[in-house]
Amino acid sequence: MRKGEISLAGLLTLLSLYLMWKSTELPVGYIRGEGPGGGAWPFWLSVIMLLSCIAIAVNWWRGTSPPSRSEEAMLDSYGWRTLLLVGGGVAVFVALINIVSMYGAIAIFLFYYMRLLGRHSLLLTSTIALVTPVAMFFFFEGAMQIPMPQGMAFTQPVFDVLYDILY
Amino acid sequence: MEILSLLAGGVLTALEPLNLMLIIAGVSVGLFIGAMPGLGSVNGVAILLPITFLVPPGSAIIFLAAIYYGAMYGGAISSVTLGIPGASTAVATTFDGRPLALQGRASLALVTAALASFVGGSVANILFTLFAPVLATLALSFGPPEIFALMLLAFATFVGLGGDDIPKTVFSICLGLVLASVGFDTISGEPRLVLFDIPGFLRGIGFIVLAIGVYGIGEMLWTIEQTRGEVTTTNPRMTARGMMNDTREAVQRGWKGTTIGSFLGFFVGILPAAGATPGSLMSYGVAKMVSRRPELFGRGNPDGVAAPEAANNSASTGAMLPMLTLGIPGSPTTAILLGGMVIWGLVPGPRLFVDQPDFVWGLIGSFYISNFAAVLINLAFIPLFVWMLRMPFTILAPMIFVLSIVGGYAASRSIHDLWLIVIFGISAFFLRKFDYPLAPAVLAIVLGPIAEPTLRQSLLLSSGDPSIFFTRPISAPIMVFAIVLILLPAVKLFRRRKTETAAAE
Repeated sequence: MRKGEISLAGLLTLLSLYLMWKSTELPVGYIRGEGPGGGAWPFWLSVIMLLSCIAIAVNWWRGTSPPSRSEEAMLDSYGWRTLLLVGGGVAVFVALINIVSMYGAIAIFLFYYMRLLGRHSLLLTSTIALVTPVAMFFFFEGAMQIPMPQGMAFTQPVFDVLYDILY
Repeated sequence: MEILSLLAGGVLTALEPLNLMLIIAGVSVGLFIGAMPGLGSVNGVAILLPITFLVPPGSAIIFLAAIYYGAMYGGAISSVTLGIPGASTAVATTFDGRPLALQGRASLALVTAALASFVGGSVANILFTLFAPVLATLALSFGPPEIFALMLLAFATFVGLGGDDIPKTVFSICLGLVLASVGFDTISGEPRLVLFDIPGFLRGIGFIVLAIGVYGIGEMLWTIEQTRGEVTTTNPRMTARGMMNDTREAVQRGWKGTTIGSFLGFFVGILPAAGATPGSLMSYGVAKMVSRRPELFGRGNPDGVAAPEAANNSASTGAMLPMLTLGIPGSPTTAILLGGMVIWGLVPGPRLFVDQPDFVWGLIGSFYISNFAAVLINLAFIPLFVWMLRMPFTILAPMIFVLSIVGGYAASRSIHDLWLIVIFGISAFFLRKFDYPLAPAVLAIVLGPIAEPTLRQSLLLSSGDPSIFFTRPISAPIMVFAIVLILLPAVKLFRRRKTETAAAE
């Protein structure tokens, strides 16, 4: 945890500096007759972020925050595995939306999570993975009139069937 | 009398078939979400906000307020039966609720929690009805300096009373405010902070993207990592006769805690940025302090369940007061409600009471109906909720991820925002690991679009002279109070050092 805290503070310092630099694309001072420039608000807030990061580093050096005194690992192997399989799974879910449509991505994600991570039976997994996206299709496209991404052209025949049922 | 007739009109609005249906649905969903370990009202409201665009704004906020209410009741279910707080607002409920469950008295703990929640909610509703119109009338005279001073006070409360690491809290607030300023400068109309020159940032970063990222994705990752799937349920045996006996015992042994929680919770809930968690913890502490037998607390005392449960319900209503009358949320959940109101085209603040009285009083009326609905549904369906709690987390978790992503898309219709949700979720997981509080960032991204223009308008009014905030009769005391709160941790630190030095000598 100790190494992690200072590494994170370092990363956040870089972020603060980047935001300060980016804010200067607009004036950051007071413009007579116009008030503070457009970049002033984010610039000075980023300065406070930077000062906070310095204070976090000082607290780390003095060992006053609980993570700075902890010799535990930030994440054990279970934690990293969870983050990779679950967090990574959600990222792949989002990446699949433009390829297999929102509903296809939901089905694949549910199947992956319940079957591979949850070890549920094939019947239960398949049922939930198919019923959920179909129910969501009728809710969003039918009831709420919110079109979701339909992915690449190869998904069209499935949508044609669903739209035939809907209208 | 005028208040009574307005309230009666509001209750009738809340009883309209659509609204009543939404109250029952909202309370039931809220109970379930509140009961799930790690999920609270804020998660429910954040994840479900996008699907409320289907109904009129008045009904949408009634639905979300009912979720908020239900979740406060539901938090106790997992605190008692699983020993894991349903949400941070129900942490104090585990102190005595879990020992009661382990003694085979889970039913008493759940009945006490439900009754205390009902009383807490009822007291808060009455106080809300009395205070809201007065505060709204006072707030009508507020200009930009006063509103900015109130914003500063909201953030100062986090710094002074939050109890978290101060530099990390300040960082979180500023990060939320900077994220809110991404997109366009509203005054000059020029693009601003288009991060890494990605065009998607021209649309800005919606508060809902951050809220779903933090409370949908981040919180789920955190819960999965923390619980490791090892959750043991204590099954309460609930019979009609047993519940009658428990009710009698709950009234006899829990009335003191309920009274303390109901009043203390409301006033702590009003404080900007305080909300139900500190309210419930403080009420537990006070109930223990004034008890004749404080040694019984922590061993299964119904007063120890009643105080935090009455307080978290009372505080959740109290937190609505500054949101509706001043436009400043008193808790992360009300921050999301406030953001929702802005999306629906309503401007929270004192004008709301003048311009939209039907909306305001319909909402207040719904508090009363929700409170009744919540206690009835809660008591009737406790066994069902306990059964549902046994649903494997490996089914519930992917469903919540799916709802977060689909809800996020429905709100913004942008894949760019979905990536932001994932990035915010994973970042929130790491930030939370290192004790960075995230509620201030969510509050800040909601308040940012109000805070910045009011600061700029105030400085324009005074030709750049910041003393404008200290020379007006309403803004001056608020600013002074905010500055005192900001300096409070430094004063505490200084005094502690002085005492330590004196002790060392």
